[in-house]
Amino acid sequence: MEELRRYLAGEAKDGLISWATQIEAAARFRVSLARVEETALDLAILPARYQRNRQAISVGQQLKLFRGRVAVVGCGGLGGYVIEELSRLGVGTIIAIDPDFFEEHNLNRQLLSSPARLGQAKVEAAAARIAEINSAVTLVPVQAAYGTENAVELFQDVDVVVDALDSVPTRLALADSCDGLGLPLVHGAIGGWFGQVTTQFPGDRTIRLLYDRWVEGKGLEQQMGNPSFTPAVIAGIQTAEVCKLLMGTGDTLRNRQLCINLLTMEFEEVELSSPDCAIGQ
Amino acid sequence: MNVTVKLFATFRFGRFAAATRHYPPSTSIGEVIRELQIPDTEISMIMVNGRHAAPDQQLRDGDSLAFFPLVAGG
Repeated sequence: MEELRRYLAGEAKDGLISWATQIEAAARFRVSLARVEETALDLAILPARYQRNRQAISVGQQLKLFRGRVAVVGCGGLGGYVIEELSRLGVGTIIAIDPDFFEEHNLNRQLLSSPARLGQAKVEAAAARIAEINSAVTLVPVQAAYGTENAVELFQDVDVVVDALDSVPTRLALADSCDGLGLPLVHGAIGGWFGQVTTQFPGDRTIRLLYDRWVEGKGLEQQMGNPSFTPAVIAGIQTAEVCKLLMGTGDTLRNRQLCINLLTMEFEEVELSSPDCAIGQ
Repeated sequence: MNVTVKLFATFRFGRFAAATRHYPPSTSIGEVIRELQIPDTEISMIMVNGRHAAPDQQLRDGDSLAFFPLVAGG
């Protein structure tokens, strides 16, 4: 829409437009805030809310983020922080997937939970939060459990999937689904003072390597619980991975696992190579 | 023979972070697991010299062995 483009170009100051201008443009030209944001970025005009992204993220990269579609599977400890960070970053479409409702034991760490939201669906709380902090971003709430049977539908047109689940068999199924659909998957897991992150590309099968010896049951999180800071740290690293994947820049944790020990403050990188690679096949 | 054993996360509790330990020749990874009294079901991944390994693998002098516990919370 040429009129919208002219309006935004005319309102821009030092390459920035204010949130008030975005709202005014949406009302004046009867278009969505998302459309206004994409049009501005396409003109190399940066919405002012992202001005502190500048240098780290160029206007062109900001447009890539806006056009990005990310599915976050699990909206608990990790997922809540990932969703918050993706929306503040300006990722245009976030598909939040979780069948659960907030319970009191979530309050110690799950960013989207609050006493007023107890009993509310986690994805509904995610939608409300994102509408409040960045309504140029679209959050698609899916109140359902991920399963191999709905993977194709859930991840249609998605660029990156985030594994923020809490069960090994579901994580393994998700890793296989992403592998089959040709999607990169950013894995994060936590327990007590400890966490791990890796990014799996199609064909890598690295998440299966991480849980190589798993037979049944939960991990050390069952005994140690999860204090507030562990999901925040791990989710932050996962979001940085998503950001780089969408922008096509930097080095990801592909074939590498970052093992994080917050009790001794050690961040250790472990190279992950499949047994096949080890014997040169 | 000497084997460097490295433990991650909770496996360090009551044990050590990393140590070079002496074992009879041909000791298997499973024997080290039993010696360290690590419950087998808590192990998610085993690596020897940066490669995936299984408990039946025999160790060699100078090997570096690492045990990773199952971390799966979200």
